[in-house]
Amino acid sequence: MTPLVDAVALEKHFASGEGALLARRAGRLRAVDGVSLRIAHGETLGLVGESGCGKSTLGRLLIRLTEPSAGAIFFEGEEITRLSTKALREKRRAMQIIFQDPYGALNPRMSVEDIIMEPLLIHGAKRDAPTRQKVSEMLDLVGLPKHARDRFPHEFSGGQRQRIGIARALVLRPKLVVCDEPVSALDVSVQAQIVNLLQDLQSELRLTYLFIAHDLSVVKHISNRVAVMYLGKLVEIAEKRELYRKPLHPYTQALIAAVPVAHPANRASARAGRVRLPGDVPSALHPPTGCRFHTRCPHAMAICRAEEPKIAEPVAGHHVACHLIGPS
Amino acid sequence: MSLLKVEGLTTAFKTSRGEITAIEDVSFTLGEREILGIVGESGSGKSVTALTIMGLLPNPPARVASGEVRFDGKVLTRLSDTRMQKVRGSGIAMVFQEPMTSLNPVFTIGEQLMETLRAHERLSPRAQRERAVEILTRVGIPSAAQRLGDYPHQLSGGQRQRVMIAIALSCRPRLLIADEPTTALDVTIQAQILDLLMDLRDEFGMAIMIITHNMGVIAQTADRVLVMYAGRIVEEAPIEALFERPTHPYTRGLLECVPSLDQDRARLAAIPGTLPDPARRPRGCRYAPRCALRIEACTTAIPPLLGIEAEHAAACIRAIPA
Repeated sequence: MTPLVDAVALEKHFASGEGALLARRAGRLRAVDGVSLRIAHGETLGLVGESGCGKSTLGRLLIRLTEPSAGAIFFEGEEITRLSTKALREKRRAMQIIFQDPYGALNPRMSVEDIIMEPLLIHGAKRDAPTRQKVSEMLDLVGLPKHARDRFPHEFSGGQRQRIGIARALVLRPKLVVCDEPVSALDVSVQAQIVNLLQDLQSELRLTYLFIAHDLSVVKHISNRVAVMYLGKLVEIAEKRELYRKPLHPYTQALIAAVPVAHPANRASARAGRVRLPGDVPSALHPPTGCRFHTRCPHAMAICRAEEPKIAEPVAGHHVACHLIGPS
Repeated sequence: MSLLKVEGLTTAFKTSRGEITAIEDVSFTLGEREILGIVGESGSGKSVTALTIMGLLPNPPARVASGEVRFDGKVLTRLSDTRMQKVRGSGIAMVFQEPMTSLNPVFTIGEQLMETLRAHERLSPRAQRERAVEILTRVGIPSAAQRLGDYPHQLSGGQRQRVMIAIALSCRPRLLIADEPTTALDVTIQAQILDLLMDLRDEFGMAIMIITHNMGVIAQTADRVLVMYAGRIVEEAPIEALFERPTHPYTRGLLECVPSLDQDRARLAAIPGTLPDPARRPRGCRYAPRCALRIEACTTAIPPLLGIEAEHAAACIRAIPA
């Protein structure tokens, strides 16, 4: 079956210092560097990695909110990389995004009704009774009270604002929703409500999610498969149980080991077993040669410094880019 | 004897909507070398508790409405600004969440570190430099001597937090307050910083108060825990007891609503509702509107902290002793 999304060798380069007052030297930041992945209909693909790894840029590329520098994106088998603005707008009905910051993502001067209705109006609907009815349905669907429609974003808590953002993203009944850190800004007790809501909506509306987050526990909970990025590269992708139980890439292993323990009884063993990654993530402007992880990798060999590892599939469905594994 | 004793502390803020109490009747102690975790969500009062202890809240709008903070025998809440200044740094030091905004961008990290050293100790410039290098090395800054001339923007987030910890440590405080020290950091860096804090406790024998919204950070580091909700302590327990026998419905909710790597759940046990607006807190137990065990008595009076077992107390009239 054709995947919903098929991204081939996607790249996004930013000219560094572009427009900045203090541009130090011109360089190209390869935020996403040759990433290929597929997302199946109805699945949730989790995307994890630390800040600056390119996960948000990748999410935006897939729905062409950001233009790729190279590579191709197929949506339901149709290449969308070269679609005209007009044709792309039509496609956008099927691909939407939910942002991290429920404070910054909503126009403070618009009522909740206007916020949720806006995508419909952009796509040709009129401000009439049926359109208003659709807003009511959305409010209901995301668990907001009817009287919310005439109020403004500042009157709501973070969790409720995120519900408004979800309602706006889903009102066009998209197929793919990019969830970019949708719960990271929320209080812990509210996070679970939103995670549950996203899961309910997925089964009710048969949605496909790309769920971008830095919290590995939340990603494990919500995803079917999980992809790991490091400095613009996809380093590993697998079914979630497989990935968390048998992570093959040393970076994935370190990420999982760094998650704080769930119970104090595991404290000592977690600390003893932790692969301590030395140093920080190198600058994406001057990424290391060969495998980008080699400067922090406890298993780095000569080849890792010289040659970039290719993606191998040592276990069916489990892809990893590491010289320790597969054909080198 | 305890190093820090907080008793009946209530801190209020003047706002356009009248005076609002950010924390109410907060009492606890902290022993030498102990790591006390304070866990809570936004508006719980965990940071205000720390800032009140440090005397860092501007008056007005903030004021200590009642209660006192006793540190090493001195009543901090009655000290003059000058004398409090002496306590900050050499007695109690603090590390904040955002290491970028806590460092001065126009001074090098060496200057900032040596400024603190000078303020509390008489040292020759050369000795200052040596101490600075020694401390930076200890907190894990590689080739520290060369980094003294770096400005904060030249460092990564994790390194900036290490520098903040170095500054806090430079005067050998007896208590280090760390307010969300790893929240702005990536997970691999978070693990490094938490390990560093625990090592420093063992090495320097200082007490640490770690403030966080993350139960995992608590599980990883704390000896004893306070759980705060809407300005009040709702549960206090040794670390094992808190995770083995959480008693307050809010604590139980917090532990259950986060997914864990160890177990798979089809659905998260979400806590319904939202955190109360500090200006419009509910009557009686602040958690009652969100609580599944609520009975009418919960909404009439604020439940006191009652002992359940040794060192374990919860503010809930529905709590069932273990």
